[in-house]
Amino acid sequence: MLEIRSLSKSFGGVKATDNVTLDFADGSLTAVIGPNGAGKSTFFNLITGALTPDAGQILLNGLDLAGRTPPEIVRHGIGRAFQVASIFPSLTVQETMLAAVCADQRKASVLHRRFPLAETRDRAEHAMELLGLANKRNRTAATLSHGDQKLLDIALALVLDPKVLLLDEPTAGMGTEERWRMIEKVRELWETQKITVVFIEHDMDIVFKIAPEIVVLCYGRILATGKPDAIRRNEAVIEAYLGTEHHAGITV
Amino acid sequence: MTELQAEQGAQALEVSHEAKTRRNRDALIALAVFVLLALLPAVFSSKLLLDFVIRCAAYGLFATSLNLLVGYTGLISFGHGMFFGLGAYGFGLMMQKTGVPVPVAFVATLAITFVVALVIGAICVRLKEIYFAFVTLAFQMLIHSTILSWVSLTGGDQGLRGGIPRPPFLGIDLSNQLHLYVASCALLVIGLFLMHRIAQSPFGYTLRMIRDNATRASFIGIDVWRAKLTIFVLAALFASTGGIIMALFVSGAYPEFAYWTISGEGIFINMLGGVTTFLGPMVGTVLLLILNDTVTRLTDYHGLVLGIVILFFAIGLRKGLMDFVVEWYAQRRNGDGERR
Repeated sequence: MLEIRSLSKSFGGVKATDNVTLDFADGSLTAVIGPNGAGKSTFFNLITGALTPDAGQILLNGLDLAGRTPPEIVRHGIGRAFQVASIFPSLTVQETMLAAVCADQRKASVLHRRFPLAETRDRAEHAMELLGLANKRNRTAATLSHGDQKLLDIALALVLDPKVLLLDEPTAGMGTEERWRMIEKVRELWETQKITVVFIEHDMDIVFKIAPEIVVLCYGRILATGKPDAIRRNEAVIEAYLGTEHHAGITV
Repeated sequence: MTELQAEQGAQALEVSHEAKTRRNRDALIALAVFVLLALLPAVFSSKLLLDFVIRCAAYGLFATSLNLLVGYTGLISFGHGMFFGLGAYGFGLMMQKTGVPVPVAFVATLAITFVVALVIGAICVRLKEIYFAFVTLAFQMLIHSTILSWVSLTGGDQGLRGGIPRPPFLGIDLSNQLHLYVASCALLVIGLFLMHRIAQSPFGYTLRMIRDNATRASFIGIDVWRAKLTIFVLAALFASTGGIIMALFVSGAYPEFAYWTISGEGIFINMLGGVTTFLGPMVGTVLLLILNDTVTRLTDYHGLVLGIVILFFAIGLRKGLMDFVVEWYAQRRNGDGERR
């Protein structure tokens, strides 16, 4: 279980994350939404150690991870994918997966053996199959399509066997059809892998269709949390996030 | 055991068998190259050729170790030459002042290099890009200035004078040119073999990940600072070995060995040969030394000619020689973006 307790972070006078307290149950799928500048990415950056919180706790199964470095947090089981696919352009898909498993097995510093290590192959293969990248194994990451690069980014997080997977806008920069394919993939991964998934998403149709739980952030604070139906009807959310123009459309 | 487990077990065995075969193949290639180099004097009796190969060994180890930083890790060091100088001075001084056997001085010099590289590396590898480049350069100038000003120990701008004693050990007499030649070839081949092992190891792939995207590497659990420091120190050890060969070759050590121009030559060699292949710097070394020797013989303005060649490679070709060879080879096999 991932518990966020009174998490705060300010940049100068701006409170990017303001006293956020949230629980993510094991095996839950939660969408984090909010207007631009709501502090969604900062929230992810705090959980994964990219930023150090000013105050608060990040408890993963009771262990406080606040203020630890990204490698430490990853090793405790919180993986993440990025808004802009963060990959290793010169490595092939297969090399990327094998090297990531190597890192997860604490063998990233091994000098006396040859890459790839035999014991990394199965997990790498499994992750490539899961994300549908197996037939592109020998392509260098730089030559993949945008969608495949996003999948590779997710595969990089998933291959580490995380307990919690944070996806920062998995559908960013994709066309409508590709978005749906991607989000179906996310849902499928969540169902088959039985892990906790938290994702940031802008497309409301997607959010309301697939997320059982929704968290709405605004100016660094939690505006609302709950099931899609409740969020859909929440006046404060409609006012602050969707605006009155969308009111009619979203409540129909 | 289920069928799946049996299949996975067989796959794992296959991979480890493949790795072993490749390792044995690399060792055989290294051995063959060494035998070929060692037999060279039997075919060509030219002393100039032997001298040339010894210099190639010294600069080749230095330049290839620089490529571990520049090409594999993306750490552009402008001060790598300080370890070349440290090797030459460390070894020369040890032999002059203490009179220990050559192997002891060799190991002790590497130990000193290890400590110095660890301290300098711990400070430098935290820095990014241009800051890393300039702080390494600053450390190089610090060591160069120390050599120049500590006249009682280093001989200042005159260098270590009076020759380096090279007492024979285990039947090897390094004051004999042929013995020195064979020893240099052995050090070169062993050094290249070890560096190739590093590049092909899981750690080598960790370095590639850091070069491509250090932030992402840290988000898959890699301690980037530690990995960078490790390769900084390892590269320093090989550069130092190059310096030791140079000290043995000239029977002395000179401040130029620790000057920034050595680092500059290292970078130039890498540009000439290419940083995307393991052997690029070695090819670059041979090219630069041939170029240097030819141009120096033909004109007093060799700096001008070398400068034009540098510009031609940097602005005109934008790649090293081996990069073109690899590209040509890849295009011949397939041109559709697949790498294997």
